[in-house]
Amino acid sequence: MITLDTALRRRTAVRAAGLGAGVLVLALLLSLSLAVGTRGIPLGSVWTALLNPGDGSRESIIVWQLRMPRTLLGIVVGAALAIAGVVMQAVSRNPLAEPGILGVNAGAALSVVLAISVLGVSDAGDYVWFALGGAVLATALVYGLGVRTAGPGDGAQSRVRLVLAGAALTACFGAVTGTVTMFDTNTFDSYRFWVVGSLANRDTAVLGHVLPFIVAGALVALALGPRLNALALGEDVGISLGVRPGRVRLGGLVAITLLGGAATAAAGPISFVGLLVPHALRLVLGHDVRWLLAYSVVAGPILVLAADIAGRVVARPGELEVGIVTAFAGAPVLLWLVTRRAGRSA
Amino acid sequence: MTTRAVTLPGGIVLRVRPRAAVVIGLLAVVAVAVSGYAVLTGSYRLSPGDALGTFVGGGTATDRFFVLQQRLPRAVAALLVGAGLGCAGSLFQSVSRNPLGSPDVIGFTTGSATGALLSLLVLGPAPGSGTGVGVGALIGGLVTAGAVYAISSVRGAGGRQQLVLVGIAVGAMLASVNDYLLTRADLDAAETAKSWLFGSLNAISWPQVVPAGVALAVLLPFAVPLGRPLRLLEMGDDFATALGVRTARVRWQALLVGVLLTGAAVAVAGPVGFLALAAPQLARPLLRSSEAAPLTSAVTGAALLAAADLGAQRLLTPFQIPVGLVTGALGGAYLAWLLATGRSR
Repeated sequence: MITLDTALRRRTAVRAAGLGAGVLVLALLLSLSLAVGTRGIPLGSVWTALLNPGDGSRESIIVWQLRMPRTLLGIVVGAALAIAGVVMQAVSRNPLAEPGILGVNAGAALSVVLAISVLGVSDAGDYVWFALGGAVLATALVYGLGVRTAGPGDGAQSRVRLVLAGAALTACFGAVTGTVTMFDTNTFDSYRFWVVGSLANRDTAVLGHVLPFIVAGALVALALGPRLNALALGEDVGISLGVRPGRVRLGGLVAITLLGGAATAAAGPISFVGLLVPHALRLVLGHDVRWLLAYSVVAGPILVLAADIAGRVVARPGELEVGIVTAFAGAPVLLWLVTRRAGRSA
Repeated sequence: MTTRAVTLPGGIVLRVRPRAAVVIGLLAVVAVAVSGYAVLTGSYRLSPGDALGTFVGGGTATDRFFVLQQRLPRAVAALLVGAGLGCAGSLFQSVSRNPLGSPDVIGFTTGSATGALLSLLVLGPAPGSGTGVGVGALIGGLVTAGAVYAISSVRGAGGRQQLVLVGIAVGAMLASVNDYLLTRADLDAAETAKSWLFGSLNAISWPQVVPAGVALAVLLPFAVPLGRPLRLLEMGDDFATALGVRTARVRWQALLVGVLLTGAAVAVAGPVGFLALAAPQLARPLLRSSEAAPLTSAVTGAALLAAADLGAQRLLTPFQIPVGLVTGALGGAYLAWLLATGRSR
């Protein structure tokens, strides 16, 4: 018993150290994100500019007004998407679940398009509320279609169902979005830039708008961690441990919607982050949802910032939107996961 | 599923299933009737007699313009594209042994769209000039289909969901490429590309229709005889092999014919969504068998697209919406219904 206890304690220490290392990597990426761009700024000058916010120098303006808001937004959005991915995969016990590929984005997109076209909303900062509302509606629908119709213990079926429910709703919403943008050139022109998902040129106020939702969603998710763990052992075991599956699922749904919806509202649809991060973490950490949640707070921002920086470097002097970069990094990983899983179960 | 063997002169034995023959016949009548209605009505109405007159060289100049140049090519295109997609859908669904293994779900049509967008926006021919876009769509679709099939057959037969899941992943990636290409084009080009992306039969003319007709005429005779071995294949490889089906060869042929049919359809009309998924699904209960017969699916597809395009022309008059939006909305709702009622196996 003593050796087991020591081993456990040692593992916990290693994991805590790993988390610390992640924070260091994130700090490094943060400074890189402030330094890299069309106009590169040496790290030393970044530091000087950080210490002198209002001195009017060009470096200070670039760092504080352009790159700092976008970097912070990247961190918040990355964390939100990654946490949402962990919760969604745990709730649905579906390793393919992700807010982005499940129709949430299509719901947000439809809502944004209607806001621009019907209500004449022109300020990108105001898209936030509509995107959030559309995401809420879409999540509820996909969940209702994909999870509740599957029988108990029907793991493989519910996996596929959820993905397909997302595909079905994406098609429906997409058709309506298409009809609206078809007849409204101005709406189409705004929409085509929103839909690729970007951290650039977002109003600083956006961050303030979405932050409360993301914090609330993250708190719900962290609170659910232990119960999600119990539920992962199976519905019956979970109930015998005093967990009410229905309530946990509902809580998870609330967290996913707040996190995924707010992230999409702030940056547009960024897919694959919520899929990729939990998967990569599970390979290292195993299935303990509490550790997965803790790590995803750091790993999500690392991925999003890295993708954003890569997008700025690859297409110089222009840049690739972060949503494009994550799709290109994410799809091959999804493919690998699909073929790997099938190879094992065959 | 009673089968009657009819011996033709020359000793050729033709297997005819009366029910299938009746179903196919009725569907064909529906398809032609809907097309006929679309040709005769609209903002400029014609009597059937006048319309028939134009075919044999009669009618006023206006009649001839509307019937022969405007409405007929569009109606014929709807039938051809619908038939091609329906037939391709049944082949793909049989090979993947999955009712959801249709070309649009597995990312194939998204790939066609990427190819067409690249030729339209990057190589930059005059928008609407059919050939470049069609060739781009064909290449994009072929490359995507090849990639999806190759990736999903890595590590052997990995279950029947594999193809679908790989296709969804590839489709998601390509969709993001398409979005990106749209942001990099100027607004006019992006709008042209977008209306093509939805799948549209608006402004179609004979030079686009004729190649599709030729393609269908060549490919259908290859597709129809594959129906029987594919049905046996759906019951399992061992079973099929025992009955003398050369499984690998049948699968390979079905995929090739399916890809070419889809490519031909997409080159004409753009990626019309969900038709390839729905047509075989609707054909099955009509035949009262699990067999997704290529021919029945083709005729069902033709009837469906003719009806959907009629809706696309008339629903929001005077605006004509791309038919792909109609099939997308209907198809998404249909897929959702399949899931809700648990009929997707």
